[in-house]
Amino acid sequence: MLIDSGSPRAMETVGISLTINGEVRTLEVAPWTTLLDLLRERLDLTGTKKGCDHGQCGACTVLVDGKRINSCLALAVMKDGATVTTIEGLTEAGTLHPLQAAFVEHDAFQCGYCTPGQICSAAGMIAEGHARSRDEIREAMSGNICRCGAYTNIVDAIEDVMQSGAAR
Amino acid sequence: MVTTISSTGTDRYVGTAHSRVDGPAKVTGLAKYAGEFAAPDLAHGYVVSGGIAKGRITAIETAEAEAVPGVIKVFTHENRPRTAWLDYNYRDAVAPPGSPFRALYDDVIHYSGQPVALVVAEDFETARHAASLVKVAYAAEVPATDVDAQAEFAYDPPKKRAGIKPPPQPWGDATAAYEAAPVKLSNDYRLAVEHHNPMEPHASTVVWDGNGRITVYDKIQGVSNSQGYIAAVFGMKKDEVRVLNPYLGGGFGIGLRPQYQLFLAVMAARDLERSVRVTLTRDQMFTFGYRPDVRQRVSLGADAAGNLQSLRHDALSGTSRFEDYQEVVVNWSAILYDCDNVALSYKLAQIDTYTPADMRAPGAVTGVLALEIAMDKLAYATGQDPVALRLANYSERDRTEGKPFGSKALRACYAQGAERFGWERRNPKPRSMTEGRELVGWGMATGVWEALMQQSSAQATLTSDGKLVVGNSTGDIGTGTYTILTQIAAEVLGLPMEDVTTKLGDTDLAEAPVAGGSWTAASSGTAVMKACRKIAADVFAMARAMDDSPLANVDFDRVVFEGGRIAVAGDPSRSVSLVDAMTAGAVDKVEATESAGPDSGHAKEFAAYTHSAIFVEVKIDEDLGQVRVTRVVSAIAAGKIINPKTARSQILGGVVMGIGSALEEESMLDHTIGRFMNHNLGEYHVPVNADIQNLDVIFVEEEDKANPMGVKGLGEIGIVGTAAAIANAVFHATGKRIRDLPITVDKLID
Amino acid sequence: MNRFDYVRAGTVAEALQAVAGGGRFIAGGTNLVDLMKYNVERPGRLVDITRLPLDAIEEHEGGLRLGALVTNATAAYDARIVARYPVLANAILAGASGQLRNAATTGGNLNQRTRCYYFYDEATPCNKREPGSGCPAIGGVNRIHAIFGASDACIATHPSDMCVALAALDAVVRVAGPGGERSIPFADYHRLPGDTPHIDTTLAPDEIVLSVDLPEQDAASHYTYLKLRDRLSYAFALVSVAAVLDLDGDTIRAGRFALGGVAHKPWRNPQAEASLRGKPATAETFEAAAAIVVAEAEPQSGNAFKVELARRAIVRGLSQAAAGTPQSISDKRIA
Repeated sequence: MLIDSGSPRAMETVGISLTINGEVRTLEVAPWTTLLDLLRERLDLTGTKKGCDHGQCGACTVLVDGKRINSCLALAVMKDGATVTTIEGLTEAGTLHPLQAAFVEHDAFQCGYCTPGQICSAAGMIAEGHARSRDEIREAMSGNICRCGAYTNIVDAIEDVMQSGAAR
Repeated sequence: MVTTISSTGTDRYVGTAHSRVDGPAKVTGLAKYAGEFAAPDLAHGYVVSGGIAKGRITAIETAEAEAVPGVIKVFTHENRPRTAWLDYNYRDAVAPPGSPFRALYDDVIHYSGQPVALVVAEDFETARHAASLVKVAYAAEVPATDVDAQAEFAYDPPKKRAGIKPPPQPWGDATAAYEAAPVKLSNDYRLAVEHHNPMEPHASTVVWDGNGRITVYDKIQGVSNSQGYIAAVFGMKKDEVRVLNPYLGGGFGIGLRPQYQLFLAVMAARDLERSVRVTLTRDQMFTFGYRPDVRQRVSLGADAAGNLQSLRHDALSGTSRFEDYQEVVVNWSAILYDCDNVALSYKLAQIDTYTPADMRAPGAVTGVLALEIAMDKLAYATGQDPVALRLANYSERDRTEGKPFGSKALRACYAQGAERFGWERRNPKPRSMTEGRELVGWGMATGVWEALMQQSSAQATLTSDGKLVVGNSTGDIGTGTYTILTQIAAEVLGLPMEDVTTKLGDTDLAEAPVAGGSWTAASSGTAVMKACRKIAADVFAMARAMDDSPLANVDFDRVVFEGGRIAVAGDPSRSVSLVDAMTAGAVDKVEATESAGPDSGHAKEFAAYTHSAIFVEVKIDEDLGQVRVTRVVSAIAAGKIINPKTARSQILGGVVMGIGSALEEESMLDHTIGRFMNHNLGEYHVPVNADIQNLDVIFVEEEDKANPMGVKGLGEIGIVGTAAAIANAVFHATGKRIRDLPITVDKLID
Repeated sequence: MNRFDYVRAGTVAEALQAVAGGGRFIAGGTNLVDLMKYNVERPGRLVDITRLPLDAIEEHEGGLRLGALVTNATAAYDARIVARYPVLANAILAGASGQLRNAATTGGNLNQRTRCYYFYDEATPCNKREPGSGCPAIGGVNRIHAIFGASDACIATHPSDMCVALAALDAVVRVAGPGGERSIPFADYHRLPGDTPHIDTTLAPDEIVLSVDLPEQDAASHYTYLKLRDRLSYAFALVSVAAVLDLDGDTIRAGRFALGGVAHKPWRNPQAEASLRGKPATAETFEAAAAIVVAEAEPQSGNAFKVELARRAIVRGLSQAAAGTPQSISDKRIA
């Protein structure tokens, strides 16, 4: 048994360590805190959005150990030791990530609320390496809802980055 | 000054494509939304939603919740602080007639999902957990939520909603003309209830500033509306309430009215004298406004060539028990088509739900859907091409108001849209076009929306470093307002866009209305233009007064503002920089606040509408009822386009929501318990990326004089008619005329 | 979400010990955390099993053994699965989203719960959530509900895509409990609701899924996973079909198919599958098999369309499998 947080109903916390956007963070978290709420409520990393809190919209997408996941369905305590990259971590020294720049250039958003999730998802999708055609990009990006309906431009932006080979 | 905001071809910023000025903030996650602002000692509220649709709360047990460590207080109707008494105080700027809903007011349950308690705790998770421990007992009554079943109680709303034109008096004799018409069509139509579902759930962060003052970050399409509401409900002075909302994570109409989380957050903050945030869950986003359930009948009488001889359009719309929500559903029919015998009606029926809310092109989405499917039927009934039929009945004036259109390039929309789409290659026979196993359908429809302008003010400040700040209190709801106002301001004062900052969504800024109705570009744009022109005039005066001024004897209407300088038109060698003029004038800033409103003289003479022609291709696996929208061409006539890039996005977004309307979106009511059951994004289906293929937008520019900018607005027109064009394409593909949308699998394999 | 005790297990033995007495295992969390936020699941203790050594895909008796912690994404793109059990890869990719598949696990997929609106909504009765409270889905909003094997107590469906393929592949679920290991044939893993709809599977509360074993078979050339839903991606199936055929020329040596979205478990009909044996791979053969299946359908007030949809989906799915033209995941044209 590695960790036992104690008796139920107690306000027990568990010590965890996360590398978030390159910075090692040692944190005490309650086991019921999701990674999303940890980022938004405790660490003021509000770039990661809560759209549904149930894995049905993709606004909360972050990269955990390089893989895109819905941070709303991940308990922070279970990610102990993981590396987390959020939208804030994609920008390096004030320079936009190629996907961020392409989203601006292609007007791949309107209200902007789903945008960090779209971009993190696209980064994860490109790293996965399974999507190549527009049809495949559309399918692979279907876990990120954009109610403003910017899908056409989102696919344009992603395709642009994939073709230029600029994505890290 | 030589005016450059026109179609003269001299525009530098206005009329050209620019990336969003707020883009970098949005793609880096730095743009903050209402529920994301931090405050010292912030408490978190979680709403407990009621489970019955009608009845009373007989007991509400909060002790267990209150016992959870970290819980600060549980608010219910039994212990809520006193607020205003009269309905009047709860009626926000866009409220329909009636008694607005009051959260935690008493023990009466008006609808399913009604907030019955607010748990406030030190952290979000504690509030959420404690909320699950609040136990509510009810004396339930049988709800009525089926509009059809309430049809016998239909009524004309006694009080009309401000800004919503009731149906005009009939003209001619629609009944007699229908009876006499060689071709008669009369059918019922329905569009399912839809929920807006902006990606950002409603949230309010109320920062307790001390001494009874609060700063509120509210999810709202116009902060002035929230400010006025809070002041009236809580008996506060407006200067004690500052409301901000620099970014809105989607509105589509559900952000027009202050919603109950705002009331609850302010109530709790005032009671606890500390900062409180209340964010609703996605499921709770189904517990207030929605696009109403409207039952329609369209009856068309025509001669054998398809010329309309009689037009009837009747609508019965659901509303709540407490407010008479109204929208324009039927008038569009008589605005779009020229007919001498017209009768239109619009009635309400009450059901036990929350009040419906304006949802993107409210009324037009619903009414034009029915009309344009009916017109497609008429085209088939008379053997006319659908475009030709519309041209044959083309209206040169708005007969509901008896006015010609100030501009109406709809003919060009039909022509350009049809050409781009390849409409002439269409074999009109249903089921005649196939590709492999799939049936191919080509359909079209018309769209129409009002071109509105509202009284709006704006401020501008030019500082002696050559930087300009403009703004007002309206919101950028994703439409691109930050960007176009920046373009307009840069254009007027001849500054690089990088030197212009636009501020929005703050009641400390010049007052402007909510962002809705597609009126923001015209209203705020004109106000910003006027404020910048005032600054231009002031700085010009300083420039002319300079010693040995190169502009000494030049009139204002002979200069241009370009590259940060004021120059004589046609003689750039004679110029003064704005900075030098201000230095000479011994000022470190020049400020102006200007107001702009609709030109009532023009409006008296001319009707102002945007129009569209939408062409759609669907491919259908008939056997399995699977529809794919493979191509959409949307040709839009909406006056002057300020920014083709963001304008196109607005139309794309409208088309996507139209695809959702046509094929996917449906809030399903269980009438036994009076509750929307698919209250989440997993089961309420909005389009995903895979649903959207090739969308093409054409702008047909128009010269319109309704406002100095010549703009008409784009937020709504992209959705209107889209669902009808899809339904018509489905008919062309399959021969199935589906008049009950969305067109889901079950209806296609039937 | 209720308060709970969090335990992180390092071994299967530790996990079994920790779960005893009301605990719940958690791995991907994509359904359990979801349900906990709705107060539908209120475990007193969560046992985190993500550190257990159950994340490998291994050769096993000529087939493959998928560890319970293999994620959906790993399984769907595993070269061996793609080559030998492509119907499984396709079924996984037809479900959920890229993000969810990166988190969701094999074991969790088996144990996910229904998406019935009423089950998810604490404000309504539900026999699955609160035994004995009633089933408002019967006569309520039920277009997504079961047409096969439902009861007067529950008409919920199992929402998985992956499990439909696993059913068609005759997978075996290997589990461990206090009494040791046992194997459960896939057809016996999920239950029909009967009058105990709160029990979804035959896995005991104190047992853990170790692996899903795919038996050796020729499933590589004639297969499909055809999923019909209310939008073109990221939606649960109204009806889905996983089909695997073993053909000798144009003659069917053996055929297996399972339906998703229509019952409390992946739905198979042995009689219909037997009817395929020795027959020519033609539309008539498939229609006859489909007729056998839908003859048993008992639709609800709002889902009669599913009976016809299922019939047609079976015919199309078997046709796709026979033709060697499996349904593409990203090209939405149906072959």
